[in-house]
Amino acid sequence: MSEQIATVTWINGPVVRARGSRHVSMLELVEVGEERLVGEVIGLNGDIITAQVYEETSGMRPGAPMYGTGLPLSVELGPGLLKSIFDGVQRPLPLIEMQSGSFIGRGMRLDPLYRKDRWKFTPVAKVGDAVNGGMIIATVMETDTFEHRIMVPPDLSGTLTWLASSGEYTLEDVIAKVKVGSEEKELTMLQRWPVRRPRPYKSRLGVNTPLITGQRVLDTFFPVAKGGAAGIPGPFGSGKTVTQHSIAKWADAQVIVYIGCGERGNEMTEVLQEFPHLTDPRSGRPLMERTVLIANTSNMPVAAREASIYTGITIAEYYRDMGYHVALMADSTSRWAEALREVSGRLEEMPAEEGYPAYLAGRLAEFYERAGYVETFNGKSGSVTIVGAVSPPGGDFSEPVTQHTKRFIRCFWALDKSLASARHFPSINWLDSYSEYLEDVAGWWQKQVGTDWLRMRNRAMEILSEEARLSQIVKLVGPDALPDEERLVLETARLLREGFLQQNAMDKVDAYSSLQKQVRMLELILRFHERALRIVKHGAPILLIHELPVVDTLIRMKTNIPNEELEKMDDIQKQIDEQMSRLDSEYR
Amino acid sequence: MSNVIVQGGQEVLGVGRIDGPILVVEGAANVSYDEVVEIRDSQNRLRRGRVLEVGEKNAVIQVFAGSTGLSIDGTRVRFLGDTLRIPVAEEMLGRVFDGLGNPIDGGPLPLTDTYADVNGQPINPTARVYPRDYIQTGISAIDGMNTLLRGQKLPIFSGAGMPHDQLAAQIVRQATLGAPAGEKPKETESFAIVFAAMGVKHDVADFFRKSFMESGALTRVAMFLNLADDPPVERLVTPRAALTLAEYLAYERGMHVLVILTDMTNYCEALRQISNIRGEVPSRKGYPGYLYSDLASLYERTGRIRTSEGSITQIPILTMPNDDITHPVPDLTGYITEGQITLGRDLDQKGIYPPIAVLPSLSRLMKDGIGQGRTRSDHPRWGAQLYAAYAHMQDVRALASVIGEEELGDVDRKYLEFGRAFEREFVNQSLTENRTIEQTLEIGWRLLSMLPREELTRVTLDEIKTYYKGE
Repeated sequence: MSEQIATVTWINGPVVRARGSRHVSMLELVEVGEERLVGEVIGLNGDIITAQVYEETSGMRPGAPMYGTGLPLSVELGPGLLKSIFDGVQRPLPLIEMQSGSFIGRGMRLDPLYRKDRWKFTPVAKVGDAVNGGMIIATVMETDTFEHRIMVPPDLSGTLTWLASSGEYTLEDVIAKVKVGSEEKELTMLQRWPVRRPRPYKSRLGVNTPLITGQRVLDTFFPVAKGGAAGIPGPFGSGKTVTQHSIAKWADAQVIVYIGCGERGNEMTEVLQEFPHLTDPRSGRPLMERTVLIANTSNMPVAAREASIYTGITIAEYYRDMGYHVALMADSTSRWAEALREVSGRLEEMPAEEGYPAYLAGRLAEFYERAGYVETFNGKSGSVTIVGAVSPPGGDFSEPVTQHTKRFIRCFWALDKSLASARHFPSINWLDSYSEYLEDVAGWWQKQVGTDWLRMRNRAMEILSEEARLSQIVKLVGPDALPDEERLVLETARLLREGFLQQNAMDKVDAYSSLQKQVRMLELILRFHERALRIVKHGAPILLIHELPVVDTLIRMKTNIPNEELEKMDDIQKQIDEQMSRLDSEYR
Repeated sequence: MSNVIVQGGQEVLGVGRIDGPILVVEGAANVSYDEVVEIRDSQNRLRRGRVLEVGEKNAVIQVFAGSTGLSIDGTRVRFLGDTLRIPVAEEMLGRVFDGLGNPIDGGPLPLTDTYADVNGQPINPTARVYPRDYIQTGISAIDGMNTLLRGQKLPIFSGAGMPHDQLAAQIVRQATLGAPAGEKPKETESFAIVFAAMGVKHDVADFFRKSFMESGALTRVAMFLNLADDPPVERLVTPRAALTLAEYLAYERGMHVLVILTDMTNYCEALRQISNIRGEVPSRKGYPGYLYSDLASLYERTGRIRTSEGSITQIPILTMPNDDITHPVPDLTGYITEGQITLGRDLDQKGIYPPIAVLPSLSRLMKDGIGQGRTRSDHPRWGAQLYAAYAHMQDVRALASVIGEEELGDVDRKYLEFGRAFEREFVNQSLTENRTIEQTLEIGWRLLSMLPREELTRVTLDEIKTYYKGE
């Protein structure tokens, strides 16, 4: 299917130049050398073709052949994506292991999706129906509980002339025929889509449903909406990956696409070994069954790292088009940007800031804009939420990747090294973070959880920012110099920090907090504050309040009270009321 | 130009340009990217190099030993047709090699048919085994607070003049496979040690050799030495040669290998030097944009795989220029490695050894190697509590330096005492002191008992009941 189109003339790491055909197109997939290493055309100048190669080029010589494929870099879409682990250009890593052992060999050409599996197929359209791109014509059970919806490819419309009956088919079996004009096209369950082109949808819908993660600091303080985009910047060791893993585990999305982009090998192994044994709290099935992993670790070829982000988002959009909510984690977008920089450097392009190419911002925007809550062509609604980790050098948020990312996301979870050092996890700094989705999702909270969440949340934020101001003073004069009312603010802020914001991802009970638990906890802490404030105003010394037994109870309720036993919270409320009343009666 | 192609296009006489350790050879045909070359000057002295970039008409070559004595017309370059390979064998333990893997201890070349590419190949993430077995180093600040696991890469971030070498040597001497607290360690499996020195002084290399000798480990050590006065470019190969041997020992021979790389800062300087000469676009502080990928290609050669019993554990040492942890070398290292042991100048000045600053230190894998059945069930929360208390103590200490200790509240004064005791009794230990995990946990609880019980919110009430000794 591919013919030699050019001859290699120059090699520098992942970038090669070749001379030959003028009929190659930009971003076309090419194969280079006798080993047919896969690459992508990134520059054309007369008969000189510049390509980035997704594999190690050691040993390649000028004079080696370059083959064209006529196709852009694409991913395969169809049943079997879930539970898979791919590299950055969608090669299945388990199959690579079977073929080349524990180390990744070169020139491996493997189908991303396994062709021999038979899928149980149930038609839902009828012969004679007018079908257009994105319409659902059949369903397949991809796992025991997940319905994979077979759609007409987006750029096709016509009349359905034949549809396979219920039964088991492989990905290569023809399952439908569509008449387009005078031509009849055969469809299989397998589709291809170029990764750099966003998949189309009917229209964008507003984002007003929160993505629930069970992480208190995120859900309650800085929520991201389904279809929104969030960034997690933080220096090393501040817990980016742990936060990403927590979201991947607990987010209420139906599909998770996790891209390990230029990160550690052991981290991907951890996900691979842990997720099959964890249960999705909603479906009761192993978490792996809703997960697609893309692993292009830091020591794997750098050009494939650049592609991995696009591979992941295209898969996410495909499930969105079926009408599902998808959450995509990209860890880390900085490594992706560095891959861009590395290739740009080898092309000797004029650098902009810190060696990054001038098109960095454009590429970031293109990526984050692929998030969205949409109405699909089949009338369903689905969403892709992007959570991108950013690894700023030296933890300096003024560097280009963090700054440009901030322009295209609306939710910013700033990780803080000093919190991490004190083992305050998740180490999301409540003063530096923000979410622009607060107002958008407030209606949803009101309706679904039925409390005035936003008012409580803002009250708590007020206490925390008051604490920040007061601790400046404390640093100079010590806490004893403050009036008791202000020392109470410090005390409540401590309760909020230790009892609410801190969350232990390793603790069985604490790892996931239901929204009901979150608001109840917040309610109790605020109740404690309001009651205590009254007593302090009556002259009770702050020390007595600090020593109330309920303080410890409030700090420990996150681990002591499971999501299913929230009625125990009423006891705590009673304890607050009793202990406060007792104090109150002494000082009235 | 008098380029003569002899022997089937394999050897070229004369070069087009010499720029530091970089040669540009014209008229070479059939050269492959990353191929190894032999270079002879007019006196027929041999040195080696590697192809960095190749076009139709010329090839850019990096000379490992530098270009001193090379002339435009008198230089002969022979292309060997293969990437750099070194012999690997079990007998290489107990031997000393130069930075390119040639023996320099007077002994013969290792007798083997197995030659391995120094660049290695990336481990498939699906083939890895997640590290879970902890290594008992006998050092409280590591075992207790930053536990090292088999298959982990845990660098030591240090500064000039701090005892990182002593610490690394102590780890090598004392490392055994850990057992749950109170149990005797199983048959102590000893590690094979691969030691790579990059641009360090002779004294440092000597120190390590003596230390290995005194502990009787010398027969289990392979040393790759590129010392401060050796050619800097060779430094780029040294860690790769060392890791290539380590991979052979771990994955082909099933051994547990501990790799010490020192000093990564020198390695990065050499990389920057080459990059600058080639006129590449620099990113931060003149380091090339691919520094992250390059470091990753070393650090990621750590771990365990399913098809072998063996493991590679890496302890790279790097000195932070001006003690600056945000410098690109420690910064990018920290993003790749699984934590870091950070040494603190202030502790060192107080005479505390090892001067491990526990707050900026971290072991990412610790959570998976400790607790019930591994060390002791209270270990994770005990650690979090010590961290939290020590972090709070730092705030108190800062406050005390402003308002004076006498002005502090009772609780805060207890924190100050705790902090002093923590540094003196927990972090501090002698060069030969080898503490069991049980002893480490016991010291920790003794220190926590100096604080009021209400302050201990990270540990469970049951744990307080069992271990807390305060009033």
